[in-house]
Amino acid sequence: MTTTPINPPKVATQEEIAARVKALEAIMIEKGIMTPAAVDRLAEIYENEVGPQLGASVVAKAWVDPEYRARLLEDATSACAELGIGGLQGEDMVVVENTDGVHNVITCTLCSCYPWPVLGLPPNWYKGPQYRARIVREPRKVLREDFGLDIPDSVEIRVWDSSSEMRYWVLPRRPAGTEDLDEKALAALVTRDSMIGTGIPRSP
Amino acid sequence: MNGVHDLGGTDGLGPVPVEENEPVWHAEWEKAAFGMFSMPFRAGFFGVDQFRYGIEQMHPAIYLLSPYYEHWAHAAEHYGVEKGVLDPAEIEERTRFYLENPDAPLPERSDPDLMGFVDAAVKHGAPARRESTAEPKFAVGDRVTVVDTSPRGHTRKARYVRGKTGVIEMAHGTFIYPDSAGNGEGDDPQHVYTVKFTNSELWGAEAAEPNGVVYFDVWEPYIVPASERGAAA
Repeated sequence: MTTTPINPPKVATQEEIAARVKALEAIMIEKGIMTPAAVDRLAEIYENEVGPQLGASVVAKAWVDPEYRARLLEDATSACAELGIGGLQGEDMVVVENTDGVHNVITCTLCSCYPWPVLGLPPNWYKGPQYRARIVREPRKVLREDFGLDIPDSVEIRVWDSSSEMRYWVLPRRPAGTEDLDEKALAALVTRDSMIGTGIPRSP
Repeated sequence: MNGVHDLGGTDGLGPVPVEENEPVWHAEWEKAAFGMFSMPFRAGFFGVDQFRYGIEQMHPAIYLLSPYYEHWAHAAEHYGVEKGVLDPAEIEERTRFYLENPDAPLPERSDPDLMGFVDAAVKHGAPARRESTAEPKFAVGDRVTVVDTSPRGHTRKARYVRGKTGVIEMAHGTFIYPDSAGNGEGDDPQHVYTVKFTNSELWGAEAAEPNGVVYFDVWEPYIVPASERGAAA
């Protein structure tokens, strides 16, 4: 018995997608909706200005300043605004703290929600089907097998599925042996993945 | 809608494709596609919830296989055509042109207001919080069950939490309701809560990983008191 695919879909090539996007852009330029300069400016912002270095500066400050840490955990949006950080896709942020007994990890199973003002734009794997499907069902396995992060069973894993406009991100644990480092040196240890929860900060 | 975008708990998709030192942009066209959220948003094509619904209406196989930012271009095209601003025949014609002439220039236009909008949008965002006089029906600590229905149109009530019982951990105030706004029916602000579900509640004791929970945000109409579970069944 053979089966016939129903309306077999055609996946576009990169060249076809590029042509269609350029066609849409051209029409929307003529309609007064877009400009090439605005496209370039927006792309430049997320390439060079808004990225995980901003979240890292928040984390480092929280590590050295207990009062700031308390404010960050109480109201992340305001605490980030103190440092001039906030805006699009981070209008309402919540920071969740890793401890000896708790490891947090963020996802968006329904689309690709992510705290842009502190982490920049998400990596492709965060937006792709594999991570979104599995991180809520088998986070311990995904962290171990796909990210090389072994979380012992004694540590609770908390997965935050960003289904609303609240934007969650992780305050990772400060690495051991960093007592003598200043805020700037500490920030250099904070990786994007450590604020997603798929990694931990670098050791000095 | 019960769409393929609703991926939580789906099995068989394989390992997470992690790319070391991934660039922000993988191709030039991605920059233009990325601009197709904020700029058509400014032009009144959609709100963020409608934008997501536009993506959800892609063919499920294409949704899974296509590069991410193609989804954004798809949503802009979907609503641009629906609004009568974009003409499907013209899109096809222009696409053929750029396929044959990939280096042909774009039309020229400058727009200082749009440049100002881009910087302001990044800096200030587009808050989804909305005032409402409605009193919250639930409080932190309440045990609640997610209503197990399959609405047509846009919803954020993921399938893997439907019918599941958890505890409210946070109450966030009132926000645009996606099940209304995403379907073009206005903001209809509703209270939003974060509900904590145990792994065993979501997946059953045998399949669940040990010592873990999932937090999922719900709008008030998604939940009922846990005691009503039996009555609803």
